Amino acid sequence: MSLRVLVGVKRVIDYAVKIRVRPDKLGVVTDGVKHSMNPFDEIAIEEAVRLKEKKIAKEVVAVSCGPTQAQETIRTALAMGADRGIHVEIPAKEVEKLEPLHVAKIMAKLVEQEKADLVVLGKQAIDDDSNATAQMTASILDWPQATFASKIEKTDGELQVTREVDGGLETIKVKLPAVVSADLRLNEPRYATLPNIMKAKKKKIAKMKAADLGVDTTSHFEVLEVADPPVREAGIKVEDVDTLITKLKETGRI
Amino acid sequence: MLGGKELRHAISMASRWTWASCNLSSNLYRWNKTFIHTSSCHRKCELTSKRYQVKRGKYNEINEENIKFFTELLGPHRIIEGESELEGHNTDWLDTVRGASSVLLKPKTTEEVSAILSYCNQHRLAVCPQGGNTGLVGGSVPVFDEIIISTNLMNKVENVDTWSGVVTCQSGCVLEALDQHVADFGLMVPLDLGAKGSCHIGGNVSTNAGGLRLLRYGSLHGSVLGVEAVLASGEVIDCMTAMKKDNTGYDLKHLFIGSEGTLGLVTKIAIHCPPRPQAVNLALLGLSTYENVLKTYVAAKSKLGEILSSCEFIDRSSLECVEENLKLKPPISSHEYYMLIETSGSNGTHDEEKLNIFLEDVLGSGIVDDGTVASEPSRMLHIWGLRERIAEALHHEGYTYKYDISTPLSHFYKMVEDMRKHLGSKIIRCCGYGHIGDGNLHLNITTDEFDKEVLNRIEPAVYEWTSKVNGSISAEHGLGFKKRNYIHYSKSSGAVTLMKQMKKLLDPNGILNPYKVLPDE
Repeated sequence: MSLRVLVGVKRVIDYAVKIRVRPDKLGVVTDGVKHSMNPFDEIAIEEAVRLKEKKIAKEVVAVSCGPTQAQETIRTALAMGADRGIHVEIPAKEVEKLEPLHVAKIMAKLVEQEKADLVVLGKQAIDDDSNATAQMTASILDWPQATFASKIEKTDGELQVTREVDGGLETIKVKLPAVVSADLRLNEPRYATLPNIMKAKKKKIAKMKAADLGVDTTSHFEVLEVADPPVREAGIKVEDVDTLITKLKETGRI
Repeated sequence: MLGGKELRHAISMASRWTWASCNLSSNLYRWNKTFIHTSSCHRKCELTSKRYQVKRGKYNEINEENIKFFTELLGPHRIIEGESELEGHNTDWLDTVRGASSVLLKPKTTEEVSAILSYCNQHRLAVCPQGGNTGLVGGSVPVFDEIIISTNLMNKVENVDTWSGVVTCQSGCVLEALDQHVADFGLMVPLDLGAKGSCHIGGNVSTNAGGLRLLRYGSLHGSVLGVEAVLASGEVIDCMTAMKKDNTGYDLKHLFIGSEGTLGLVTKIAIHCPPRPQAVNLALLGLSTYENVLKTYVAAKSKLGEILSSCEFIDRSSLECVEENLKLKPPISSHEYYMLIETSGSNGTHDEEKLNIFLEDVLGSGIVDDGTVASEPSRMLHIWGLRERIAEALHHEGYTYKYDISTPLSHFYKMVEDMRKHLGSKIIRCCGYGHIGDGNLHLNITTDEFDKEVLNRIEPAVYEWTSKVNGSISAEHGLGFKKRNYIHYSKSSGAVTLMKQMKKLLDPNGILNPYKVLPDE
């Protein structure tokens, strides 16, 4: 049983960039700021490509919901080994307001259209830390979900997934088709090598809008404020242990 | 208190932090700071004076009265005493030289430096100026009991002129911190090196540091516009100017740039900072022959032209060292040679097009076998880590014999191959990497522990060989303590005599950083 795998990739601000809050305090500065593929999505693509190399998957389709530049993110996925891409174009102004629920609905619709057997997503995006898309997608499709995967093995018609949970590791079996979300230790993503980067330029990226899939992207949330975390205050030096204890009592620490 | 599992969970929940911490290699500032402090606990290196049989100069020894003066001048918190307290300051970060100083002073202003030097000159006390202590030739630590004058507290940025791009600051500003400060103004400091998280700009200027981007932004002799330095007598020489052009008299600032603290202690500098590039791309290439490396370099110069900002070279052994000792994974498969080619420009689309044409060319013609290219800061940091942390990786193997030579490009790698054959199995590793764009090779040999026999097999052979091809025995590291006696391999005796005359003129008592730069009598 050769699977068609749909992988979601999100274009986010590169994790090495210093984040700045916008003057209107309703978001962060994104203009002119370096973006890259969400690190957990890189892991998702890597896993899908490895499944293809093991002949468990027959095709890997990279999907991104985002502005025009999201195509660069899809190209990176193609350079890593995905076969083709789908770009669901979201106007630049609406990108910030796009919610996991919208993305989940889009993914579900694409699963229907593309007749996918497996959806692999990063466990969360490093910009909103929602950790919801995979779970919502599974729910809409009424498919089993295996989240925080750190190991995936295929057995007849099923996936055996090791999950990273609070208490340690949990191994579960899910029937295919299923939705999996990738966690940090699932694999180490490859860098796209030059020959593959060149080849990726010729791979196809289909373009469409959310409306084409019948998905309404009206937002359900309103951002009230975005602020910097409080500045770390300097510590104070005290002369002796007695003063230390007094200070600790004063500030309610003991 | 969070236990291990809870902590791991908390970290994985805060995903941005996860990425920063899981990719420690990309946070060079952090590794630099912690590495400097732990290296002195690594192993206790033999006293320089013993290992190299150095004779102490005719300086006085520090007494209670001297301590009283310094304490009154700086206050009790800015004088540190005791050899054990000063272990990190008495040893270089390579653990190859160790002094025995028992006094460290931390001035905050030029006036304090002037008062200290004037006093030391009067009382014939030797001093050792120290910045970030990241030097590689033993020039930043004492040999005997020289008083260490640290620029740690002289870290004020005085002015950033956004029109001209000239930045004026004290000499104790940490390079990376200074760069981040000027980044807010859309500028960048014109030099960059692996030690950026710890080195001071004053130290960079005093050693005429080169670094990764000399190819594009030139040497400090060009970008430093003004210098304020204090002479041994305590006299403050003010050559500060923020003007790019100033042909009025002898350009004294050049004396202080590169003289490694032996002619004056640099207290302030004015440096011209270029605009920060809007678009940076980094390519890591794998090649199979050295001839292909040279061909790629020529192609890069011609096809990338003005956007080329760095061209670095790494041989297989160096990358293997990084992989083994630091567990950093290279993004491409194993090759004999690697090159890092960086472009910096003002227009991303334009630069990417040029870079793609260049890459298609070198890949298509077969001179490059494989490679990867990145423009995301996180990926670029990872790739740069493979080059910038080679010295750290080598340090893990034990003792590093480090050489920094300028050679004609045709002879660049032959030196490594010849030395490897010459040393045979007595060593762990003999590798080469460096600024091929500048013709500057870093030749490194490692052994488990310092071995005088191995040293004698390497020196003076390496210097003789360099001299034969009319190269420089120290391209950018300087002479410091370790190479002072080999100066004649790259400078004529007439030149060295004149240098000694200048030293005598500016520092008649020889108190500034003795036993460094100029050869022993």
